[in-house]
Amino acid sequence: MCGIAGLHVRDSALQAQLGSLLQSMLCKAAERGTDAAGVGIYGDTSLTPAGTSTVCVIESPVSAAEGAARLDAAGVGPVTFRDAGQTSVFSAPAPTAQLEAAVRAALPGAVLTSRGSSLAVLKGTGHPDALASTFRLADATGYQGVAHTRMATESAVTSTGSHPYSVGPDQCMVHNGSFANHATIRRELQAEGIVFDSENDTEVGARFVAKHLAEGADVEKALRLLCERFDGFYTLLVATENSFAVVRDAIACKPAIIAETDAWVAMASEYRYLAGLPGVESARIFEPEPEVVYAWER
Amino acid sequence: MGALSTPVIEDAPTSTINDDDAGAAAAGSTVDVVVHDLRTATVRELNAALHALPEGDSSRWRVLNPDGTHSIAAGLDRPVTVEIEGPAGYYCAGMNQHATVEIHGSAGVGVAENMMSGRVHVHGDASQSAGATAHGGLLVIDGNASARCGISMKGVDIVVGGNVGHMSAFMAQAGRLVVCGDAGDALGDSIYEARLYVKGRVASLGADCVAKEMRPEHLAELTELLRAAGRDDDPAAFTRYGSARTLYNFHVDNASAY
Repeated sequence: MCGIAGLHVRDSALQAQLGSLLQSMLCKAAERGTDAAGVGIYGDTSLTPAGTSTVCVIESPVSAAEGAARLDAAGVGPVTFRDAGQTSVFSAPAPTAQLEAAVRAALPGAVLTSRGSSLAVLKGTGHPDALASTFRLADATGYQGVAHTRMATESAVTSTGSHPYSVGPDQCMVHNGSFANHATIRRELQAEGIVFDSENDTEVGARFVAKHLAEGADVEKALRLLCERFDGFYTLLVATENSFAVVRDAIACKPAIIAETDAWVAMASEYRYLAGLPGVESARIFEPEPEVVYAWER
Repeated sequence: MGALSTPVIEDAPTSTINDDDAGAAAAGSTVDVVVHDLRTATVRELNAALHALPEGDSSRWRVLNPDGTHSIAAGLDRPVTVEIEGPAGYYCAGMNQHATVEIHGSAGVGVAENMMSGRVHVHGDASQSAGATAHGGLLVIDGNASARCGISMKGVDIVVGGNVGHMSAFMAQAGRLVVCGDAGDALGDSIYEARLYVKGRVASLGADCVAKEMRPEHLAELTELLRAAGRDDDPAAFTRYGSARTLYNFHVDNASAY
């Protein structure tokens, strides 16, 4: 059991409230998992300043401030950083690939939780309520966000086992369920040279989707391919810089509900996460059908 | 109720709670309604108060601001009426006996699961496993029900105004399921003896579920079920489905499958 919540803002007037709305959804979702939590925030100008790339890491060998000093010395330009508890956030006016390489060189052993120009992934182990405070989630702004609370089943309670999984630029996946054949697919991807950060089944799904996006598929196509290849139980929420998508397995026993208004699209494991959203009483609310990809573009 | 609950008693005109027993309303009088606001008191307090009612109690209750809370009005066994003013969460009216529960909103997973008797009416959509394993009573869903509606039903009657999702009436054992819209894939998979009536399209039938003849007794029971649910659909427009009974006994040709 895990909890999923996501919000895709259509009315730009709501962008200032993204974090507070997402926090209320995440804290309700805590009842479906208290091992770990994480959020992916798109378009927060303090986390991902305009004109910069942003890389987030966990398991850093040094503090966020020391990490930023090392990156400054690496010549990626003036570095800004955020200490978000188990996650450190670094932004610099350099191409994403350059900043990513600098982070890997400067912070040996650190695990990247996101990279790109519009997404920051903050995650860690612990109670979702406490983590939301560490993430300063209530103050976050932006055009979409995803959140996850974890009850660990397929891998240990570690920060690298926490969701969201972001393994391609500005991509993000959260998962409720368990993939049955992830070890087989992991070996196939490893044979292609793909490197994994964790033992977690969801990371295999995220790597699979990232590979197909990199090969030119759109999100809808990548998720249809995932449905063909993966066995097991899954409700997935997948976001990219410009899209927000939901898919469930053929049995669809893991819950999911979608609500849509002119101002926003929201997805959650349960209705009660949505109960505080403005205008929810007149939203179009439905449960996604099995193996149907629902995607929204901005 | 004692210290368990903090509801207030209000005098509410019967017309505002849609009292079908029109005697009091016709006389222009009022009835007592116990109001329980789930933003100021817990669902546990509500359920404890409902469970503490004396035998035969037929009081009326209104639950405000349910906001998708789980287990509202679960485990009732008195002939009370509970009106839930908004969306309910998981297992609403689960294990119900004797009570009437009206949900003026959507219902989460497992509404009226394992109901024994009484009536549960969802004036909206229902999530998965509506009426799961229920032995008796009537579950009415005005909107759509999602996957596994009536899974392992054991005698309940379920009337759905809209569509039902995949694997509805899976392993159904007894009772009647009426679907006024369409049914999803694998309807009635591994069904034992429930009777299924579907007005619209069936995406696919599950193992051992087949279309069957509508005889006069089926039209009569369907007419009665639709009437009980307050619907005016034409019974003649429905198709009956049920068990082909080919899975009842072990067939030696299948021995290699074991």
